[in-house]
Amino acid sequence: MSDTLLSVHGLTRHFDVSKPWLNRVIERDDRQFLTASDDVSFDIRKGETFALVGESGSGKSTIAKMIVGLLEPSAGEIRFDGKVMDFASGAAMRALRRRFQMIFQDPFASLNPRWRVGDIIAEPIRTFGLMRGAEIGREVGRLLDVVGLSAADAAKFPHEFSGGQRQRIAIARALSSRPEFIVCDEPTSALDVSVQAQILNLMRDLQDEFGLTYLLISHDLSVVRHMSNRIGVLYLGRLVEVADAKRLFTDPQHPYTRMLLDAVPDLALSGRRRTPVTGEVPNPINPPPGCAFHPRCPHVMPECRQIQPQSIPTATGTAACHLLGQGAPRAQQG
Amino acid sequence: MPTPLLSVRDLVVEFPTRRGTLRALDHVSFDIAEGEVLGMVGESGAGKSLTGAAIIGLLEAPGRIAGGEVWLKGERIDNLSPEKMRRVRGRRIGMVFQDPLTSLNPLYTVAEQLIETIRTHLDLSEKDARKRAVGLLDRVGIPAAARRIDDYPHHFSGGMRQRVVIALALAAEPELVIADEPTTALDVSVQAQIIDVLKEACIERGASVMLITHDMGVIAETADRVAVLYAGRMAEIGPVRDVIQAAEHPYTSGLMGAIPTLTQTADRLTQIPGSMPRLNAIPQGCAFNPRCKHVFDRCRRDRPELIARGGGRHVACWLFDGAMEKADV
Ligand SMILES: Nc1ncnc2c1ncn2[C@@H]1O[C@H](COP(=O)(O)OP(=O)(O)OP(=O)(O)O)[C@@H](O)[C@H]1O
Ligand SMILES: Nc1ncnc2c1ncn2[C@@H]1O[C@H](COP(=O)(O)OP(=O)(O)O)[C@@H](O)[C@H]1O
Ligand code: SF4
Ligand code: SF4
Ligand SMILES: [Mg+2]
Ligand SMILES: [Mg+2]
Repeated sequence: MSDTLLSVHGLTRHFDVSKPWLNRVIERDDRQFLTASDDVSFDIRKGETFALVGESGSGKSTIAKMIVGLLEPSAGEIRFDGKVMDFASGAAMRALRRRFQMIFQDPFASLNPRWRVGDIIAEPIRTFGLMRGAEIGREVGRLLDVVGLSAADAAKFPHEFSGGQRQRIAIARALSSRPEFIVCDEPTSALDVSVQAQILNLMRDLQDEFGLTYLLISHDLSVVRHMSNRIGVLYLGRLVEVADAKRLFTDPQHPYTRMLLDAVPDLALSGRRRTPVTGEVPNPINPPPGCAFHPRCPHVMPECRQIQPQSIPTATGTAACHLLGQGAPRAQQG
Repeated sequence: MPTPLLSVRDLVVEFPTRRGTLRALDHVSFDIAEGEVLGMVGESGAGKSLTGAAIIGLLEAPGRIAGGEVWLKGERIDNLSPEKMRRVRGRRIGMVFQDPLTSLNPLYTVAEQLIETIRTHLDLSEKDARKRAVGLLDRVGIPAAARRIDDYPHHFSGGMRQRVVIALALAAEPELVIADEPTTALDVSVQAQIIDVLKEACIERGASVMLITHDMGVIAETADRVAVLYAGRMAEIGPVRDVIQAAEHPYTSGLMGAIPTLTQTADRLTQIPGSMPRLNAIPQGCAFNPRCKHVFDRCRRDRPELIARGGGRHVACWLFDGAMEKADV
């Protein structure tokens, strides 16, 4: 597709979580690896918001860090605007880095406490040599204004601001290199709902104004529903379903997606009776064989315990489940 | 009217500091009926946890109750000796906190902790206490409870630990369970399970619940009534359905519009400007007035008290002052 901005193919990342060498020898343990991202593929189109949802440890942040170049993939490739990201080339990575930015969950940790807000925001401008002298100060003032703070705030330090205001500062900083693409890892999960609404509205306004493309990472399905065009659902490092946002919520294809939807408390008081959600996310070091979701799946079949389901096309995306594809009448149950 | 199980009257909690006294709870009043689940919501710092801590006598120094009364079944408990209060805790009021590990001792097995709690408060033999403990674990959904009971807390997953804590809170058949953000630390798919278990196990045993959370969705599904705290004051309290579907206090109605939902289609969320004030900067009059789009002179001058609105609903907002006859909100 021509308007694809970011394309991720077979993205995989292992972490070595072995005990120290001596312990392994004494306890006769093998090396242990954890696969935080396992053969993940998706495309993000220009100007859209693509969301990754999943529970803790599903690999969301790992994928985000690989995409912005903070973590090297063990396998797979990332294409940005048609070009494959080359982790080995410092110059190529630097050129790309200006074009995408990242906003993190914790607005307290992500801002250097000893720097003035103005310097924090100006840092990408200086790093990439985008402007000089007094121009930088004016740009910082403009960015503060864009995110709903005031130019005078440039002289203050991060601790003088509330959580929501700090997230605004982080957004101003992310915008300062005029990126096309912003990865937002749980941008509002440390914030209260009334402040979250301000930040989500701001993110949307900025998207409209600057034509930004977002990768939004969140465990909150309601936030994701509100913000995104397309959604990918992760479970233990694997992408189990990708679909258009509307479709995912009205017609989930994968049993895990369905379970996640059923777990969201119903604010509308519709009294809908839901399938009770069971079990917890297993240890990612030794994920269950076959379909990793099988111990919790109400539709589990014998093959699910042995064969890992491949992603197959659905109405608006893909899903990886043995119920699908085989023209399965069984897909009708439940 | 029957005596409520718990009655909190004009509770004031203060923190003396070098730069003056901070008032964290300012004349908070509410009741919990027998068998009722009262939800308490508010943004972080609104005073939810302090309300729970004050009721169970676990305010951390220098925090102190500077005014008001707490009554449990007609008996005043805010002025009990520490020794007597310790007996009320555990026996009559059970507790569940956000982090299950604050309630569990890593050095003892689950059996040891449950049996100890049961035998401290109930006159049972070791054997009967163990039987009771296994029954409780089974009730809160620990598979193979009779075997797992001899495990240590760290052998359990996060969700399973919180189940153990719920069993512990219920061990001595309390009349009230105070749960402070019991699911905030858990995965989305585990939260719903824990809330279900908490509610059902408590109600089944006749315990009322005070459920503290910042998640309005959890309240919607669980509570009978909801109390909304803002800057240490009660903004609105009433039946869940009324408050959620037709909030009257401008803060509550703004809050409801600010929450994204799975079914909504609006492009923008309702936005309340600004953020909740710090304790040293609470404005005169209505604490919400700098953020309120209905603010008028009186709001900046006088603090609104809870005004009865019928159907058990109370709202602290001058818009609803009878004398004003200003109902067009
Ligand atoms: N540097 C590392 N070394 C070892 N394991 C790691 C490392 N980073 C991540 N992991 C593991 O990889 C898995 C995925 O982690 P990741 O941080 O991507 O999860 P997440 O989906 O962002 O979760 P959360 O919702 O908790 O932020 C987890 O099991 C995590 O423990
Ligand atoms: N030890 C303390 N010293 C000073 N202020 C405190 C202390 N503990 C809590 N507070 C303040 O009391 C207010 C209410 O706190 P809390 O009940 O924990 O809020 P919530 O549970 O609603 O998030 C907050 O403004 C908090 O900062
Ligand atoms: S592959 Fe089998 S176990 Fe996995 S989600 Fe589909 S039906 Fe369930
Ligand atoms: S009392 Fe006034 S400022 Fe406070 S909520 Fe009501 S209208 Fe708004
Ligand atoms: Mg993460
Ligand atoms: Mg709290």
